[in-house]
Amino acid sequence: MSNSTVTHQSSVCYHCGDKLPAVKLNYDEKDFCCVGCQSVYQILAENNMCNYYAYNDAPGQRIKDEGHFEYLDEPSIITQLINYKDKENSMVTFYVPAIHCSSCIWLLEHLYKINPSIFSSRIDFLKKEVTISYKHERVSLRQVVEVLNQIGYEPLISLQDVVKEKGNSVNKQLIWKIAIAGFCMGNVMLFSFPEYFGLSALEKEFQYLFAWLNLAFCIPVTFYCSKEYFTSAIASLKQKHINLDTPLALIIAVLFVRTAISTIFNTGPGFGDTLTGLVFLLLMGKWVKQRTYHHISFDRDYRSYFPIAITSLKDNREKPVAISEIAVGDRLLIRNGELVPADSILMKGDAWLDMSFVTGEAEPQQKVLGEIVYAGGRQMGEAIELEVIKPASQSYLTGLWNKEFYKTDFKKRNFNDSIAKYFSMGVFLIAFAAAAYWLWMDDGTKAWSAFTAVVIVACPCVLALSTPFTLSAILSVFDKKGFYVKNTDAVEQLADLDTVVFDKTGTLTSTQNSEIRFTGELTTNERLLVASLLYNSSHPLSRQVLKVINPSKIYAITNYNEVVGKGIMGQVDGCMVYAGSMRGLPFEVGSVISKENGGVHIMIDGMYKGCFSVEQRWRDGIAPLINHLNEAYDLKVLSGDTNKDEQLLKAVFKPTTVMLFNQSPHQKLEAIKNLQISKKKVMMLGDGLNDAGALKQADFGVAITDNINNFTPGCDAILSGNSLSLLPKFIQLSKDGLKTIKISFAIATFYNLIGIYYAVQGTLYPLVAAVLMPISTITIISFTSLATRYFAKRNKLTP
Amino acid sequence: MNILYFLIGCSVLVALVFLGAFFWALKNGQHDDVYTPSVRILFDDEVKSNAEDKSDINHISD
Repeated sequence: MSNSTVTHQSSVCYHCGDKLPAVKLNYDEKDFCCVGCQSVYQILAENNMCNYYAYNDAPGQRIKDEGHFEYLDEPSIITQLINYKDKENSMVTFYVPAIHCSSCIWLLEHLYKINPSIFSSRIDFLKKEVTISYKHERVSLRQVVEVLNQIGYEPLISLQDVVKEKGNSVNKQLIWKIAIAGFCMGNVMLFSFPEYFGLSALEKEFQYLFAWLNLAFCIPVTFYCSKEYFTSAIASLKQKHINLDTPLALIIAVLFVRTAISTIFNTGPGFGDTLTGLVFLLLMGKWVKQRTYHHISFDRDYRSYFPIAITSLKDNREKPVAISEIAVGDRLLIRNGELVPADSILMKGDAWLDMSFVTGEAEPQQKVLGEIVYAGGRQMGEAIELEVIKPASQSYLTGLWNKEFYKTDFKKRNFNDSIAKYFSMGVFLIAFAAAAYWLWMDDGTKAWSAFTAVVIVACPCVLALSTPFTLSAILSVFDKKGFYVKNTDAVEQLADLDTVVFDKTGTLTSTQNSEIRFTGELTTNERLLVASLLYNSSHPLSRQVLKVINPSKIYAITNYNEVVGKGIMGQVDGCMVYAGSMRGLPFEVGSVISKENGGVHIMIDGMYKGCFSVEQRWRDGIAPLINHLNEAYDLKVLSGDTNKDEQLLKAVFKPTTVMLFNQSPHQKLEAIKNLQISKKKVMMLGDGLNDAGALKQADFGVAITDNINNFTPGCDAILSGNSLSLLPKFIQLSKDGLKTIKISFAIATFYNLIGIYYAVQGTLYPLVAAVLMPISTITIISFTSLATRYFAKRNKLTP
Repeated sequence: MNILYFLIGCSVLVALVFLGAFFWALKNGQHDDVYTPSVRILFDDEVKSNAEDKSDINHISD
């Protein structure tokens, strides 16, 4: 018992760790902030699972409203979700965003204590995934999800789950190749060492064996591990241009042929050590480049925003139907807080749609019967009925993703590919010149050996290695500061921009630091009345306002009535109190009302008292950021909102800055495209689905979010809101990174020139090649990592 | 010195066995999640029984 008092701090909720409100719940000698937290505790206590609280203090999360999971009873949806099924058991994998600590792992891996039919559950912590096996005859998929929901771990089941691609297998094949190349390299090195140290007469008899063994190890390396280089080189030659893989493939081929010839004709040691070492290092570079963040998805589109099923009405009976199966003419039932999945016509009910995700506009829009309702709107209010006029995949919103022209028009070329052409030409020139010279001197063998030696020595492997190593080092500096870039190619794009376009809502402003402000007057007692009323509501706005008021006591309430999406009212301490949106006001109040439409309006005993409104605040450090960027970049603002903040923005931006308001997602996309047509390299910063098209079209799209695990649209990088002010430093570091790559290229050229000096004379001994290559590689890799560290320090991105 | 032929063969064979073991582990998914097992192993039985006792006491004290 003494143990529990030590870990238990009474000022915060025992379950979720939030600060306790003045009125708290007490159960089992523990304090809870809300009924939700208490009920989770009760479930866990009943099942002897209080261990959950032993590993971490207050590991829980506040749970949201009860979800509707009827659709999980549909066999067609079940088969889409589960990974595996046999006679008795089913296995399913869910993405659970709430997973964040070791207690979560413990709890979710002991689900069998709650329901023994869920016999196994395994967590992949970094991916925030849980794989559950259950007996489907005793427990349904819906029940499994409901268990998860009850304990506060609601899985995110979206349309994208159904169509998720298994991107892992490609990476696995690369690891196979690296393993084989590494294995062969180690063995070839072992058999080459005697050669390096010189062989005595007695050991000469082994030379033959070692050479053949080396050749045998080179075969899988050439024909399996480096297959991709050959296919890529052939493909690019067919298109009549040269990429970096072309000279690499040539070198691998030359190395193999020379090794094979010298082995078969017993003309001395081959280049087996160089070949296997080269391929191994190249594959390592590729692996470094492919490494990516497990927990962040950059390829989200509307599908991860859409639910997987929706309620349809057939013959006046509710039936869940998969989004993909929605057909024109179907009747849909959209409840409060649910999303309209397809363009449709309003048939019944009072539609107030929050289109903020689509248009960026904060105010909900009212629709009248017979009007078209576009996909992506969220219903705020009573349930409505719609008739579908377009299937989900062809709606106005999803049209943003179906456009074919994205990016492919503006083919990105990185430093490597652009220099590979000149590099290869230079190498060929020297190689042919050396061969021609020796042929003219009538020395055919020397010509052949000089030609091959030049090709071998002038290996662009440094190019293939320095880029991924430098850029991935930069990526890891970025991600410590809350800037997650999709891949190394994107870092190169970041260095090469000249225009920055901002979205306003959610990008320049923050939804998290929003301030609750009250216009009007309330006495202390009236504040208590309002708080007592709000105490009964689980609406997020009610909770926010309640937090601001922080009442010392709560009155009992009678005649409580909640009109979903409009407001709440009830009899508190003898007064009739109403709190809610303006359109839900129970009485006509006429002109008293302020202009503000949103927010929580308060009425007590028929008297309008005022309004709690949520004000979005500008993010910290906006002004210095804009000042800094103004020097080197063209800035623009594209906002989906009205121009009410134009004056404020004008004060921060240069007066000449172009600002466009009331922009639809398609207009934003067009604006970016027009900039690109006038040869601008555009960076777009946005946050919502309404920016999704523009983010995708931009040369570098950055999605800004306050919580990395929240939904972000598809983009090149995700930036945490707190790090926005660091943006100029990020850009500077990426430029420094490119500089590092160029310097390392110069160093590599220096090494190559030494090698070529021997190579053109036709006297390149394999030992020289075998020593030169690792030395230059080690120099380059250590140079790039040191330089990156230095630049990161200079930009004050690392301590 | 002919014994060296045999030893070289052995060394290659042993190396191949380890390569095979690595592939088996890779295929088996042992490298898929390299973080969670490190946490999982720390859940010991002792704490578990303590916690159960604790909750039992709590129920009695109700």
